[in-house]
Amino acid sequence: MAWEAVIGLECHIQLRTRTKMFCECEVVFGDEANSHVCPTCLGLPGALPRLNAGAIRMALRLGLALGCDIRHESQFARKNYFYPDMPKNYQITQYDRPLFEHGTLPVVVEGEAREFALTRIHCEEDAGKSFHPERTGDRSRSRVEFNRAGTPLLELVTEPVLRSPADCAAFLVTLRRLVRALGISDADMEKGQLRCDANVSLRPEGASLLGVKTELKNLNSIKGVERGVAAEIERQRRALDSGERIVQATLLYDADHDKLAIMRTKEQAHDYRYFPDPDLPLLVVSEAELEQARASLPELPWRRVQRFVAQYGLPPYDAAVLGDSRELADYYEECAAGLDPKFVANWLMTEALRAVNERAWDVARWTAQVPAARMADFLGRVARKELPGPLAKQFIGWLADEAGGVDELLARHGVSVKGTAEDLRPIVKAVLDENPGPVAQYLAGKTVTMGFLVGQVMKKSGGQAVPTLAQQLLIEEMAARS
Amino acid sequence: MSRPLWKESAAAISARVRAGEITAVEAMDAGWDGPASLWEHDVHAVVHTDREARHAAAEAAPARGLLAGVPVLVKDNLCTVDYPTTCCSRILAGYHAPYDATVVRRLREAGAVIVGKGNMDEFAMGSSTEFSCYGPTRNPWDLSRVPGGSSGGPAAAVAYGLVPVALGSDTGGSVRQPAAFCGVYGLKPTYGRLSRYGLVAFGSSLDQVGIFARHAGDVATTFAALAGWDEYDATSRPAPAPDVSNWDAGVTGLRFGWPANLWANGVDGAIVDALERSANALERAGGTRVPMEFLPGEYAVAAYYLVATAEASSNLARFDGVRYGLRSSDATDVRSLYVRSRSEGFGPEVRRRILLGTYALSSGYYDAYYLQAQRARTRIRREYARAFESCDFLLLPAAPTLPFRVGEKVDDPLAMYLSDVFTIGANLAGTPGLSVPVGVTPEGLPTAVQLLGPQDGEGALLRAARAIEVNGDVARLPREHEVEASWPGKR
Repeated sequence: MAWEAVIGLECHIQLRTRTKMFCECEVVFGDEANSHVCPTCLGLPGALPRLNAGAIRMALRLGLALGCDIRHESQFARKNYFYPDMPKNYQITQYDRPLFEHGTLPVVVEGEAREFALTRIHCEEDAGKSFHPERTGDRSRSRVEFNRAGTPLLELVTEPVLRSPADCAAFLVTLRRLVRALGISDADMEKGQLRCDANVSLRPEGASLLGVKTELKNLNSIKGVERGVAAEIERQRRALDSGERIVQATLLYDADHDKLAIMRTKEQAHDYRYFPDPDLPLLVVSEAELEQARASLPELPWRRVQRFVAQYGLPPYDAAVLGDSRELADYYEECAAGLDPKFVANWLMTEALRAVNERAWDVARWTAQVPAARMADFLGRVARKELPGPLAKQFIGWLADEAGGVDELLARHGVSVKGTAEDLRPIVKAVLDENPGPVAQYLAGKTVTMGFLVGQVMKKSGGQAVPTLAQQLLIEEMAARS
Repeated sequence: MSRPLWKESAAAISARVRAGEITAVEAMDAGWDGPASLWEHDVHAVVHTDREARHAAAEAAPARGLLAGVPVLVKDNLCTVDYPTTCCSRILAGYHAPYDATVVRRLREAGAVIVGKGNMDEFAMGSSTEFSCYGPTRNPWDLSRVPGGSSGGPAAAVAYGLVPVALGSDTGGSVRQPAAFCGVYGLKPTYGRLSRYGLVAFGSSLDQVGIFARHAGDVATTFAALAGWDEYDATSRPAPAPDVSNWDAGVTGLRFGWPANLWANGVDGAIVDALERSANALERAGGTRVPMEFLPGEYAVAAYYLVATAEASSNLARFDGVRYGLRSSDATDVRSLYVRSRSEGFGPEVRRRILLGTYALSSGYYDAYYLQAQRARTRIRREYARAFESCDFLLLPAAPTLPFRVGEKVDDPLAMYLSDVFTIGANLAGTPGLSVPVGVTPEGLPTAVQLLGPQDGEGALLRAARAIEVNGDVARLPREHEVEASWPGKR
């Protein structure tokens, strides 16, 4: 039988607020254990939560960007369960009255534009971290660490509308790009700033009812999501094909061994005993706050990509690469101002991004080292053919690794560009003198000989001649001699 | 010479401290080193104190502020940096809070001296102060009887003269009922008026810090010192607190509701008598009696015990032995750490309520219990609001009975729960209530009435309490132990 996979994602997005969701402790990673804690995020007796308004402002940007229905009075709820790194043994989250519902994320999957429907997005707090004996090395005890406890999270849940591992990967890439563009999260999956669980079920192709689903956890990278979902689809397909039934369960994906392990089945599922948190009043979002959030929205990444195609005539692929991050897109537009946008796109995508990759840099490092003004000056000279191609490519490395303007770099490397007719004319004359045969062939109508002659000029100039100028001078000089 | 210092009001003490006539240390020692100290042995109102800490606090207190030099006992569920905060539970044995509750901080800022922590039913769950891991508090009027609860320690300490002012907490009557049993004033303010930050939560939507004192004016002064918005409590009221400085302005023009149907059955005759005398006193002072039928939700007790236990089951989840408090030494893994620590740490009443609340929130029962209780609560709130359309406050019993005997109800939870029947409405409605002592029975037990007002109606309640205090023929009678002569001299 042909099966269709039905996938829904649950993503956790860690907001990049300065302080935690319900207290004033700073959100800091990698500091000494339990050094950013207070009575509230430690769940000490008598401590109470107070809402971080900045987190809600960030959340509003996402809700607006995704076209969600925004609840003007949403409610925090307690999700009750015991876990040692959960300070209060309940998590403050939202339940039946979330901040956002519905909305869509536009995603391009393998060249095809899709819109994935969302169920909801709500605000909640993160837990601390447990370090179990395999990591602490002490077999008798685990350690708990609460610096992360209380970090603001948004949980985004999709409808079961994804159909393949590729859908999942494209969804996450797009979501990551969006939250970065909005400036609300760094969304690095390796650092846990973007987390994703996947609900996977199979059904006969063409069926409308959903099959029994399993939930995949521990998907720690976009690749991991893709591979974990693929493995689970395969596992379910084999089971169904051999007449087995799928058991509703939560599975852990082990990326190192590409294996799935059952964490718990439905019978072991928690009863979270949700109820409205009496410590927090309704979360009221006013029209003014919404207006302010709307005004703070940058151009959305997918809109920008569309604009790059329409306004600059870039191929969709190039537009997508340059629109990948707000940083790169901004940089591109600054560099391209006053120049041929396609020419600039080519240079950035091939030479500049290669230089970034060779150095294992990120775009930020590049834009800091080669600000747009410096890059634009350079590209302008290339465009005006004041710098010959081979030299220009070498020049990218100098820009990346050294300080100084274009002229300064030329001087430092002892390069004098034979950019003027006065520079080149003696070389051109010498080449004509030394190659009477080819000159005669050219004059007899064998125009391909021109390539050879230009090559000679380049060689004699040590690669510093501008080829078009050399050709022009060769023609002028031959005409003068004949 | 006026009254001895240990019987003075907070107003008199703070005036003399501000004037430099006495020091905070003297004011405090008057209680601790005077006759009151002998009572403490029998009454057992205080569970954590320390002479050195007391003196350090008294010496550090500024000789200014509304409560300059006034010694104050606070219930053991209010966080203090200088004494343990244990909620009289084994699970918090030896726990020291790293911060002061907001109300404690404000007390200190107003010049008050925190002298220790008052006994209570474990986690404020009880109506008799018998469920304390440190043993019960006894009623200073009759040591065979309970002081009420859960704030029995603070109520008793004020009653026998250890301190002029104490703080308790009131989730379903835990300030007003022990105030009634001990013959002192007990105010539960409007929900959100006093910060809950640093009050160990029981039922968060019902909990409110309350004030005990022997004089209506001292309640007003303490309220003024504590009331106000607190950024650390998201449920605190942002609007300015009502001005209660006119607590002595009389009741001329005020209408009081007289829902006599409430005490037609099951209320002790001595209390009905006290109600009648209070009403007469109010009328003589210029108030108007408004007879009314009032049935504030027949389901109030049921609704209350569902909401309170549900919230408690979640609030008390944090006591797990992981970060602080008691950790069972027999635990072999995380699960047994939880089960054993909590089983060893919580007493029977707390365990009962956690189980009840957990059940009420369980999947499949939530709608029938918790949600239904919240609906009842909304209705009760409306009924109260409607009652206050025709009067400025209600006069009704604080408790249906006089103080009962130690052990009398300890094995009958339902009978114990019903002693809250007149107080829980104000918690469900979020409105203020004040217990007012109106003398003693021939057997020497205090009687009291309760005044209930609309939100932010504390001013009218205090004016009425003062009118009963001044004009009633039943103003607080001298108690046997207040007769200075019957006491051995200062040790």
